[in-house]
Amino acid sequence: MGKLSRIAWLYIGAVIAAAVVAVARGPFTMIEWKQVAALGLLVIACESTATLLNSRSLAWSANSTATLASVILVGPVGAAIVGCCTLLGFRRGPSPPQRLFNTGMFTLSAYLAGRAYLLAGGKVGTPDSTSFPAIIAPFAVAVLVHVAVNFSLLRGVLWLTREPGTASGRVGLDFKLLVTDVGYAAFGLLIAALWSVLGPFTPVLVLIPLLVARWAVAQFAAQQRAYEATVSALCQAVETKDFYTRGHSERVSRGSVMIAREIRMHAERVEAIRYAGMLHDVGKLGVPTSVLQKNGALTDDEYAAIQLHPMRGLDIVREIGFLDEALAGIMHHHERIDGRGYPMGLAGDEIPEFARVLAVADAFDAMTSNRSYRGARPVPEAVAELRKWAGTQFDPAFVDAFVAAIERDGWKGPEGAPAGTDQAAVSEVLSTGSLSGDLLPADSVASDGHSGNGLAGNGGLSASGLSGGSLAANGHSGGHSDNALSDQVDEAADELDDPAGPLRTIESL
Amino acid sequence: MSVAGRRHEPRGFPRQVLDSGQSVLVIFAGVLLIAAVAQTAAVGINDMRSALAFGGLIAFGELLRLNLPGDRDAAPIAAAGALAYAMLIRVGDNPAKHSPEQVIAVAAIGMLLGALPHLAVGRPARLSSMAARLVAVACAAVVFRMLANGSLIGTQWWTELPIMLALVIVAWLVEAVIAALIRTDTLRGRFGVLLLDELHVQLPLGAAVGASALLIAFAAEVMGLAAIAVFTAPLLVTQVALRRYTGIRATYLQTVRALARVTEIGGYVEIGHSARVAKLAVSIGREIGMPEPALLELEYAALMHDIGQLSLRDPIPGGATVLVAREEQRRIAEYGAEVIQEARVLDTVADIVRRQSDPSRPADRSEEPPLSSRIIRAANAFDDLVGSSVEPSRAAAAVQRLRLDTASEYDPQVVEALSRLVSRRSVLGP
Repeated sequence: MGKLSRIAWLYIGAVIAAAVVAVARGPFTMIEWKQVAALGLLVIACESTATLLNSRSLAWSANSTATLASVILVGPVGAAIVGCCTLLGFRRGPSPPQRLFNTGMFTLSAYLAGRAYLLAGGKVGTPDSTSFPAIIAPFAVAVLVHVAVNFSLLRGVLWLTREPGTASGRVGLDFKLLVTDVGYAAFGLLIAALWSVLGPFTPVLVLIPLLVARWAVAQFAAQQRAYEATVSALCQAVETKDFYTRGHSERVSRGSVMIAREIRMHAERVEAIRYAGMLHDVGKLGVPTSVLQKNGALTDDEYAAIQLHPMRGLDIVREIGFLDEALAGIMHHHERIDGRGYPMGLAGDEIPEFARVLAVADAFDAMTSNRSYRGARPVPEAVAELRKWAGTQFDPAFVDAFVAAIERDGWKGPEGAPAGTDQAAVSEVLSTGSLSGDLLPADSVASDGHSGNGLAGNGGLSASGLSGGSLAANGHSGGHSDNALSDQVDEAADELDDPAGPLRTIESL
Repeated sequence: MSVAGRRHEPRGFPRQVLDSGQSVLVIFAGVLLIAAVAQTAAVGINDMRSALAFGGLIAFGELLRLNLPGDRDAAPIAAAGALAYAMLIRVGDNPAKHSPEQVIAVAAIGMLLGALPHLAVGRPARLSSMAARLVAVACAAVVFRMLANGSLIGTQWWTELPIMLALVIVAWLVEAVIAALIRTDTLRGRFGVLLLDELHVQLPLGAAVGASALLIAFAAEVMGLAAIAVFTAPLLVTQVALRRYTGIRATYLQTVRALARVTEIGGYVEIGHSARVAKLAVSIGREIGMPEPALLELEYAALMHDIGQLSLRDPIPGGATVLVAREEQRRIAEYGAEVIQEARVLDTVADIVRRQSDPSRPADRSEEPPLSSRIIRAANAFDDLVGSSVEPSRAAAAVQRLRLDTASEYDPQVVEALSRLVSRRSVLGP
């Protein structure tokens, strides 16, 4: 993406130069060329089947399993040569500079891992039954060095090529990935260990289960994307009932996530609250359209119908294997800290945390959007309003978190006409491919500009048919489930959480 | 897939009852087990340590069994362990000389032990899928043990490997055929279609299982029994990844099911309508012989077929689209399709929904709607006429009415399938 800065070019050049020097210096004496050829083919195969990670800039392939096997079988220089084969992978994704960088990175990681292996006392050559268990300690050192070099180089390039204004140097590179990488790299030992029995057929057998795993992870990611897009589309369908609330669910979801991240909620809960935000108003469907679209004050009966919507929402979403927490959030998102909300009239800490978060995002979006009875208010005014009602209507801690997040990352409200934004948001998600929620870009990148969204000759304030400030009748809709997802994620947990395997490469610079 | 998650539904037909095909299989496996155990006990166990180690691995794998899409049961680690034990040539420097009966006995006992904890927490035993796995392993064991114990296999990997590969594939095919036969019986689908579905779903996992079985068998030569622990690791990774994948699939379906109910909550359609239409449509599709991926799309489309009604300001009385004008139906369908298309991943589904209100034989001889649309059209009309009623006479009358319209409105093939289903009743459930 975009142009690279001069420093980024220098960095990439330095990595490549270091790789070239490592290979060129040799020595080439302890290299068994047939093995290098077999392993090189393997790397090409792995590289050709790399898959993108959920974030837009990283890809996963299995080459490090192969390069680490080479460390044992053919030594550091041989491993570096095997690493070079990354360049030959058949893959449309990366541009030439990315390809060069990836190759340089793998070559260098493999070379340094090989050196570390020798330093730690490892012996180069095909291991036999007498090599165990002595080989394990030096190999572990090699794995650690490989992963460390891979990560540092990647982190460097991500940082140098980050989008201006985002906090991303660390996008997608976290501790969990590191652990996963170590796990995959360790499979290199299996390939080396069986070489004496099965020869070049070994890597094929070892890689089949790993490739199937990777396939499953890719399927998982695709299903998750499909899932999310479907939910989002259905939420929008629900929103059509109320012309003024288009895109509301999506924005409440985004706002809730901003708050959740700001208060450092656990990634799984962030995921959950994202869906809770999308689905929080699904129950609006149970409210007659004429009431939702009404201009002017509501009768008591109509108001009662509106007050029931959180319960109706719960009815729908309950069937999804949802986190209790998200359900509670949907049900109580109209409670107020002072106990004067609905449907239960809970107060203070009795209100579930999710509900308190949703309430802030919900009210904020309602204020900054057009309504039948008033225009949108500018962001600063809405912020002031949130502050004013903090402690009575909203939880002050979450208001503070939200305001901090908005000040840092901006807020993208509905653009111009109430329609449209939503599609933009969806396609943005689809195009960046970052659905997983713990990667920053989709939200923050998009949110630069407009803080003052829009329109509205904000003749605003006045006429809301409903009571006080922000709560009003912001209609929204949408909904979605969340938890089931997290359950699964939970289970599969840490291991494979991100499809990131040993081999991460840069997909876009 | 249509069956995925259905187990949680109270409406589903009882799955714990074994029908005739499954009973035959389970009895056969039982006899196999008893004969193998008896024979092994009479001869004595050859190499107790390996037997215990592999038995333990199989039990562990059975404990970690997993659900594949379509309510299929798999225990990849147990299967790989059993196959590896069947194809063991040497453990360290000692040639493995155990009999095929011993392989069957170890595998069966390991499976049963691994299933016990599931039973203890009240999960179904899944006897028939265990039996299928056992029969598959038995096939490989009988052939390979005879060859290996008779020293008919060379000692180089290129003489051993082709035989092993062939047997792994045979075992995989045997299991798929048995599973397809069982499904033909329970789902009343067509064997050919179901076999292809089975092979399709099982291929990735089967490849991983086969590869791991070979790895363990070969690695036992180098590392002895430690190979079992080490070379199970890649398969464990596979299993974890697959579990997540099948998990999200199930969640997806569950969510679409739940969200499809927004039309019910909104008062646009009768409660339970979408779920009934979806169930009926899938049954019809299977009766006609649609493959599983198409059935999944059909199910999604059927669940969301009324989503277009959300565009109406006021609900149609009773939600029965069969009663409104053709133009209005078409507009609703079109709107529904737009909503679904918005997701960008369900274009086929959107197309099915779009064409659902078109007559199956267009008067202007334009292209006829996709089969799935025709199925949904008939299923929807049937449900509008019958509703949640369980009266057989009412169902029969509804079929009769649809049949009168097969000249243009409804696809005769679909209506005939529906008619067969209705006369069988069991598929529709109470």
